[in-house]
Amino acid sequence: MDVVVVLFLFAGLFFFTGGAIGILRFPDFYSRLHPAGKLDTLGLLLSMIALALFNLHHFSLGTVLTSAKIIIIVVFVFLASPTATHAIVDAGVRAGLGPWTKGEQRR
Amino acid sequence: MDGQGEEGLASKGSRTGSGNGSAGAEAQPRRLYFYPFFLTFIIMFVVWVFLSGKFDPFHMSLGLVSCAIVSYLSADLLFPSRVTKGAFGQWLRFVKYIPWLLIQIVKASLHVTYLVFHPRMMDLIDPRIIKFRSKLTSDLALVTFANSITLTPGTITVYVSVDGDFKVHAIDKASGDPLPGEMEAKISKTFGEV
Amino acid sequence: MDSIFLYSSMFLALLMVLSLYRGVFGPTVADRMIGVNAIGSKTTVLLILIGLVYHRVDMFVDIALAYAMLNFIAVLAASRYFQKRKGLYDEA
Repeated sequence: MDVVVVLFLFAGLFFFTGGAIGILRFPDFYSRLHPAGKLDTLGLLLSMIALALFNLHHFSLGTVLTSAKIIIIVVFVFLASPTATHAIVDAGVRAGLGPWTKGEQRR
Repeated sequence: MDGQGEEGLASKGSRTGSGNGSAGAEAQPRRLYFYPFFLTFIIMFVVWVFLSGKFDPFHMSLGLVSCAIVSYLSADLLFPSRVTKGAFGQWLRFVKYIPWLLIQIVKASLHVTYLVFHPRMMDLIDPRIIKFRSKLTSDLALVTFANSITLTPGTITVYVSVDGDFKVHAIDKASGDPLPGEMEAKISKTFGEV
Repeated sequence: MDSIFLYSSMFLALLMVLSLYRGVFGPTVADRMIGVNAIGSKTTVLLILIGLVYHRVDMFVDIALAYAMLNFIAVLAASRYFQKRKGLYDEA
């Protein structure tokens, strides 16, 4: 049981790392959104599954409710994260930011 | 490009909500109004029980009263169309769609993670904007499609119109190519559009 | 198990510092919003990890839920606010 929890948690942390490094390395605003909005979402899903599983160690009504709340957070983030990404893209498009293409200077 | 972004996801949702809400309330008989109210109430109350975790009569009655008020105010937000026929089967098919989406997300995430950690990342990525026209017609299907595109790493929906015009920003050629393709077919099957 | 959670929290905090770089030095306002959004989604996990370390998950899960919603609303409000302003790109 603990092995599964640690495995999921480290997989989540791995995707979080990918997200953070991607935000730093990618050349422009549009491509930075790719790791930021979505690798983070997947990392949150995996690590939240791990934490909800670990929380069920002492099985009772209270812990089941707490784990259900953790799953509610995941569902909410899965609905909210694409919308937030879309809002940021929309703001950037309206401000006139052009997408970076191959061969340009990085911004 | 300025100005036409007005038709984004947010404004589209609010437009359908208000349009259908005002037109439907006058045209349709009163008893049809009860059904979305009841469904909203049940959903709200289940969420209340999960969030509070207390089952004594005092907290339960507080929940009943506040859920009734909230679902009276916002019944037409959650079920804007009033067409409840076949909604259950649609939800069932939507639940079947989610595991496929999760598998796609994991596969595409591994691809983006490979790009992120690659030492010569700047040579590998080739950002481009793809334009295509989707066959989907209903608002819910379009929003689901746009959100699925955004959730799949490597592609972001930049712009959606009511008619189904999509602009998608893809990080490289490999992640942009499969669009619209299989995902659109799955969604049109889910929402019963041919 | 507690020490694993503790070190994971410290690692997450380190990742948040990395994202904070984009939030502070990002060349445009939109880049800063990306950084703030990334920090927020990491904080949600961090709050539950803190709850597990202190053995009070039932309390911290509510805080995490409220924080996730607050983060979403903050990003929406910021993007709505800044898209009305021209010259977003020039602001260094």
